Amino acid sequence: MSVQDTPTVGAMAGLNRPQPKPEAARPTAVRRLPVQKDWPTWALIAAQIGILVGVLSLWEIGARAGWIDAFFWSQPSAIADTMKIFFTAGDAWTDISFTFRSTIFGFLIGTTAGSLLGLSFWWSRNYAAVVQPYVICLESIPKLALAPLIILVFGIGLMSKVAVATALTLVVSTLTAYAGVKALDADSEKLFYSLGATRLQVFRKLVIPFCLPWIISVLRVNIGLALTGAIVGEFIASQHGLGRTILYAGQTYDIALVWVAVLVLSTLAVVMYAAVSWLESTLRKGVRQ
Amino acid sequence: MSFSAPKLCVAEVSMTFKTPTGAFHALAPVTLSIPQGRFVSLIGPSGCGKSTIFNIIAGLLEPSGGRVLIDGVDATGTIGRVGYMLQKDLLLPWRTVLDNTILGMEIQHVPLRAARERALPLLHRYGLAGFEYLYPNALSGGMRQRAALLRTLLFDTDVILLDEPFGALDAQTKLKMQEWLMQLWSDFSKTVLFVTHDVEEAIYLSDEVHVMGTRPGRIIASIPVPLARPRVRGSTLSPDFLVIKERCLELLHLDPTASEPMNAAA
Repeated sequence: MSVQDTPTVGAMAGLNRPQPKPEAARPTAVRRLPVQKDWPTWALIAAQIGILVGVLSLWEIGARAGWIDAFFWSQPSAIADTMKIFFTAGDAWTDISFTFRSTIFGFLIGTTAGSLLGLSFWWSRNYAAVVQPYVICLESIPKLALAPLIILVFGIGLMSKVAVATALTLVVSTLTAYAGVKALDADSEKLFYSLGATRLQVFRKLVIPFCLPWIISVLRVNIGLALTGAIVGEFIASQHGLGRTILYAGQTYDIALVWVAVLVLSTLAVVMYAAVSWLESTLRKGVRQ
Repeated sequence: MSFSAPKLCVAEVSMTFKTPTGAFHALAPVTLSIPQGRFVSLIGPSGCGKSTIFNIIAGLLEPSGGRVLIDGVDATGTIGRVGYMLQKDLLLPWRTVLDNTILGMEIQHVPLRAARERALPLLHRYGLAGFEYLYPNALSGGMRQRAALLRTLLFDTDVILLDEPFGALDAQTKLKMQEWLMQLWSDFSKTVLFVTHDVEEAIYLSDEVHVMGTRPGRIIASIPVPLARPRVRGSTLSPDFLVIKERCLELLHLDPTASEPMNAAA
C-alpha cells in the first residue's frame, strides 16, 4: 500500500506546486457564449436570389464562351425558349395533368388501402401473425423492379402508373399503421371492454383515433413515393407524362427539354408536397395527440 | 341496510395461470360479500392478486373457479356490469374532458347530447368547472383523476371498482381527493371496492378492510371499521383508528412504528 501510495503523493505534490500559475492565467481564459447574429429576412432572400442569378449567369456565359458544352448541358436561354414552346405549342398541360393524376390516385389508393390493411391487423392476432411475413417480404422487394411487370399487366395507360405509385406507397402505410396498432395500450382496451364495448366500438372509438397520428405522419413520405412511382412507370412505357417527356427528350438529345420537364416536375412536386404538409398539419390539429 | 342478497358477491373465486414452469396459483379461493352502498377496501402486498380479483369482477378475466354474483345474479365473465377505474387515468387525449367522461354512456348508446347534458352539471359540481372543454394534457394529475372517476361514475353501474386511484398523486393532493371521493360516495350511494397500498387511506375511507396475503393471493383477515361517518381527518388519530391500523400493519408483516414518521408528515 505505502509503496503504491508514494508515487501518488509525489504526483499530487508535483501538481500542487505550480498552482499559482493557473490562477494567474484564469482571468485571460474568460469565454463567452458564442452568439450568431441572425440576418434580416430580406438579406437571406437577397442571398438566395443572388446565388441563383449567379449560377445561371455563369452557366449562360460559360456556354456562350465555349467553356461548357451546350450540347450536353444546354444553357439557360435555350431552356427558357423551350419552356415557352413547351407551354404554348407543346403538351405541357396534358403531361402535367397525366403525371399529377397518376401520382394523386396512387397516393390516395396506396395510403388508404395500406392504412386499412395495417389497422386490420388489430382484429386478429392470428391473422396478423400469418400475414406479417408477407408484408415484410413485400417491404424488402424493390417495388420499382416490379414496374415492367406492372406495365405488362395494366397496359401503358394511366392505370399502370397508378399501380406503380400504389405499390410504392401501400407497404409503407401498412407498416406504419401497424406500428400504431402495436403501440396501443392494452389498458385502454381494457377500459373500453370494462364499459361493455363491442369490438367494433373499440376499433372505431379507440384504435382508429389512436393510430391516426401514425397514418398522418406517413402522408408526406407517400406523396414523394407516389410521384417517383408515377415517373418510373412513365419511363418504362407511356404516351404522356413528364417522365415520358424527360425520357423522350433525352433520347433525342433535346437537353433543354429535359431541363424544362425536370423544372416543371420539381414545381409539381413542391406544390403537392406543400399541399400534403398543409393537410398534415390541419389533420394534426384535428386529432391532437 | 337490508339483509337481502349482497350487492356484489365473489364466491370461491380462484385463478391459476399456466406458465412455462407450471401452474401459478394467483388466487386461492377468495370469497367476498359486499352489501349495497358499502365502501370496502382491499389492501395487501404487491402480487397478492388484487388486480386479478378486479379483472375477474369486471369480466375481463375468466376465473379458474368460482363465480361473481351481482344482485344475486351470476355475472361471471360478463363485461359492462361494473364501473372499473384502472390505476392509470387512461383519458383519451383526442377527446375533451367532457367527452372523456361520457365515454361509458356513449358506448351504451346514450345519445351524445343527452350524455353531455347529464355530465356537465356533475363536472361543475365536482371540481372540473372550467375544464370541460379542455383536453386532458392541460390537466394536473389530480384533475385527470377526477375526470377518470367521473367517467367511471357516469357509467352508472351500482358497483364501482377503484384500483389504486390515488397511488400516483402527491400526499397533499391525495388527501384532497379522498375527501372528494367521500363526498361523491355519499352523494351517489354506490357500492365501492377500493384497492390501495396505503393502510391509512383504506381505513379512513372504508366500512370494512380486507387484508390480503400472497402465494397464493388470498384474504387473510377482514376488519370492520366501525368509525362514525362523516369522518374527519382527526379521526385518523383516534385510538380506535390506531388500533385498526396497528392490526392491519401487523397482518401485512410491517412494523407499526415504522409508519410513525408518515403520520407526523400527514
